[in-house]
Amino acid sequence: MDNVIVATHPHTHETAQGEEHAHIALPQHRHHFETQEQQREAGTFGMWLFLLTEIMFFGGLFFSYLLYRNWYYDAFVVASNQLSVPLGGINTAILITSGFFMALGVWAAEVKKKGLLVLTLILTMLFGCAFIGIKADEYHEKWEKHHIPGDHFDVSEFVNPHAYGLKEEPLPPDQAAHTQIFFSLYFAMTGLHALHMLIGLGILVWLTIRAHRGDFTAGYVAPIENFALYWHFVDIVWLFLFPLLYLINRHPV
Amino acid sequence: MTEQHDASNITNPEHAAHHIVTPVTYTIVFVTLLIFTGLTVVAAYIDMGILNPVVALAIASIKAVIVILFFMHVKYQSKLIKMTVCAGFFTFAALITMTLSDYISRAWGLW
Repeated sequence: MDNVIVATHPHTHETAQGEEHAHIALPQHRHHFETQEQQREAGTFGMWLFLLTEIMFFGGLFFSYLLYRNWYYDAFVVASNQLSVPLGGINTAILITSGFFMALGVWAAEVKKKGLLVLTLILTMLFGCAFIGIKADEYHEKWEKHHIPGDHFDVSEFVNPHAYGLKEEPLPPDQAAHTQIFFSLYFAMTGLHALHMLIGLGILVWLTIRAHRGDFTAGYVAPIENFALYWHFVDIVWLFLFPLLYLINRHPV
Repeated sequence: MTEQHDASNITNPEHAAHHIVTPVTYTIVFVTLLIFTGLTVVAAYIDMGILNPVVALAIASIKAVIVILFFMHVKYQSKLIKMTVCAGFFTFAALITMTLSDYISRAWGLW
């Protein structure tokens, strides 16, 4: 590997073009990149740097979850058991399906199939919307049961579970109040995740319009590829949220 | 490595080939992810004591690695990208470890 800095071997961009390699003159190729592959790698690199900041961003929430779960484990268990495993499981499958179509979309763009690309992007959107819809239904149920942290939070199901037909052990009132911490984290983490999905869905609309125009099926796939990285990252966050929030203790002895 | 002078890293072989992942691979990954999702639900209903959260996190991590390697193409990327991804997760792990060691040791001997 050469460690010589470029200045010791003077050549201008123009001479490099003629002598060392031929440029592929595609409209998306920026002049400050030597080759299209270099441009592509730089783009991927930048996208990953952004995703790393996202890891730290969500990571802080995962860390608070870890601490509070250890401190108030009993409250976390009963609060977690309020969430619906079928809904959470179906939503996980829906999100994986959405990611699958997004991955197919990248392939479609790379092999320059315009119709297929538009179709996969629309399917990605549809499954994304289905996820948000189920999430909204779950939120609404929490709203009706007064399980949203705040002045109107209702601990009665946790203090006196048998009256509600629940098989949980009753919690003392001070412990029951800590279920609010679980729900705070639940809404913060799933809410932030849902916000990322809503932003993603907005970008998807724009990408679909451009894909329909044929922007990404003539050799320029970077926007599709980098958006796919974002979409898969959001999927990964949910892959952790689902077991951590929904499946804390589903096997009462 | 070529003898030719290549200071600006143009002929880097890692730049040359762009790997297109096929729908077959994506389908295998998709099915695998669904199976693991089923597994994590089943595992949650089995009482394994302290191992329950460990198993849940292990399954989630396996799924995440599969997504990163195949859906996010990291398996087919250059060393630069692989290093970047690893560095990110390493930094996150380091931050978690350091913060946790503070929480664990702050009241050391007082309980």
